[in-house]
Amino acid sequence: MGLLRWRSALKIRSSVRSAVSGAYQRPGLRMEMVRKAAIYGLLILGVGVFMLPLIVMVSTSLKSFTEINSYPPSFLPKKLIFTNYAEALVYRDTMFPRWTFNTIFIIGAILPGVVISSSLCAYGFARMTFPGRDLWFMLVLGSIMLPPQVTLIPLYILFYKIGWLNTFAPLIIPAWFGGGAINIFLLRQFYMQIPRELDEAAIIDGAGFMTIWWRIYVPLGRPALISVALLTILGNWNDFFGPLMYLNTPDNYTLALGLNAFRNYFPLLPRTDYLMAIATLMVLPMILMFLLAQRYIVQGFVTSGLKG
Amino acid sequence: MAVTVAHIPEKIRRQTSWTATLRGYLFILPVVLGLIIWTFGPMVASAYYSFTDYKIIFPAGFVGAKNYINLFTRDKQFINSLSVTIRYAIMFVALGQVTCLALAVLLTQKVRGMDFFRTFFYLPIIVPYVASSVLWKYLYNKEFGPIDGFLELLGLPAVNWLGSQDTVLLALVLMSVWSSATTTIIYVAGLQHIPEELLDAAKIDGGNGVQRFIYVTMPMLSPTIFFNVVTAVIGAFQFFTPAFIMTEGGPAKATYFYNYNLYEKAFKWLEMGYASAMAWVLFAIILFLTFLIFRSSPLWVYYDGEVR
Repeated sequence: MGLLRWRSALKIRSSVRSAVSGAYQRPGLRMEMVRKAAIYGLLILGVGVFMLPLIVMVSTSLKSFTEINSYPPSFLPKKLIFTNYAEALVYRDTMFPRWTFNTIFIIGAILPGVVISSSLCAYGFARMTFPGRDLWFMLVLGSIMLPPQVTLIPLYILFYKIGWLNTFAPLIIPAWFGGGAINIFLLRQFYMQIPRELDEAAIIDGAGFMTIWWRIYVPLGRPALISVALLTILGNWNDFFGPLMYLNTPDNYTLALGLNAFRNYFPLLPRTDYLMAIATLMVLPMILMFLLAQRYIVQGFVTSGLKG
Repeated sequence: MAVTVAHIPEKIRRQTSWTATLRGYLFILPVVLGLIIWTFGPMVASAYYSFTDYKIIFPAGFVGAKNYINLFTRDKQFINSLSVTIRYAIMFVALGQVTCLALAVLLTQKVRGMDFFRTFFYLPIIVPYVASSVLWKYLYNKEFGPIDGFLELLGLPAVNWLGSQDTVLLALVLMSVWSSATTTIIYVAGLQHIPEELLDAAKIDGGNGVQRFIYVTMPMLSPTIFFNVVTAVIGAFQFFTPAFIMTEGGPAKATYFYNYNLYEKAFKWLEMGYASAMAWVLFAIILFLTFLIFRSSPLWVYYDGEVR
């Protein structure tokens, strides 16, 4: 109700605004200063709270084992022990280089599948007209609602029967079939905004649909495609449940499984310094990716979220 | 010329011959096949298993609705895991939405350097659950953990965060809120979509900050709140990794989440039939909750252009 009243006030806004702006917007310069100071204060406090766990992670990874287990706890290391990293990486029969390679290999095999197939499907849903299109699009969207547990057991049994257990296939192959409902949705949203006139001009020039997709939608849709690619890298670098289900010998582990297995090397007193060193190494590439491409990642979350 | 250009595409658009249909399906073929192979087929299989006593090594025997009846009448662990998950969901939705919305309001204030601050608040989304679980397990550690160390420095009693049934759920909720930057990102985008003129108009009308938030921001933001609440509830029912790594369902099954219970039923005890029934009950619960939130939405969700 209040909203409607303000909406009607809106109509006179443009004429009134210039006249009043000087009058109503200045509750005093000092108030404005106080407000800004409060905002910066809260921001700095918030950054402190949100960064604290990560700071502790890095700081602990550089502490000596005795310092971690002594009282009172220290915030920053008394002495920086960089050798923690080297020692953790080659700890007994762990295989961190191998696990890193496996993770990168899986992502490398998934990525083209996701990018190509989701883009093709998104183009089909965005720009082609055929009976059943909307039904299939509803099914794609509906599949987002389906909890993965419902299909988990039959898929596990299927992979078991066709001999895919303890291979990377269950993690890679399904990604080539559409690349995930959310990615299709995200790209379709983007493709819908590309002016149809471009297709029409291309059709008149004699271009086929594949050419239009490749020459117009892939290049113009690049920002969205980058978002999809980055979210795919992030999601698979971090995935724990998938590898946990399908990979069971250490030589096939991914980094996520490896870090989890690493905990079990210390059943009594955990080597927190080593664990934090590996955790830091695992987080670091993703932090770099985020800092370099924050816009694309954030935009990806926004598009897949807001309009869902 | 302009006339011809406008007319040819019109023909192409209306073309629904079998070639156009075929072409359309060729583009969306990956996801159509994907849905059939990886979603619908397994759904049918899973629905069938849920009425059997399938245990992977033995052939499945049909048992009717026995699995479903047992779940609700005999399985105390099922009731417990359902209750754990619902309590977690309530705490997570309440605390998470309030925190993320407050952060989003802070992050949309117009001050210099906001992009810089946002980066830090968004950063936790890239931390893999395995790494954050290992990290937070250490943070919450009773003997050497930094949180209790800090509390003791302040002269406060140490809390056995993960070891006590009273605090363990709260501990997991706090960690989840820390990693829910996606929700904050979506709120920030939602806040940025609110037309400036509305808030200006409210200001001219003499609405103070709190009034503007309640009467303009909240109604305009309600579709976003709606989306985030639904996502959070679904997320709570998917919760797995932190419970698996940090608490192993304990202490005394206080964090034996629904998904964890299902995982153990299927892959530790190999009760595939029973676990399939659990998966379908989970699906039904998620559908029911989404339906409830959806039905309640006319009461509190305001869509632009709607007349009251």
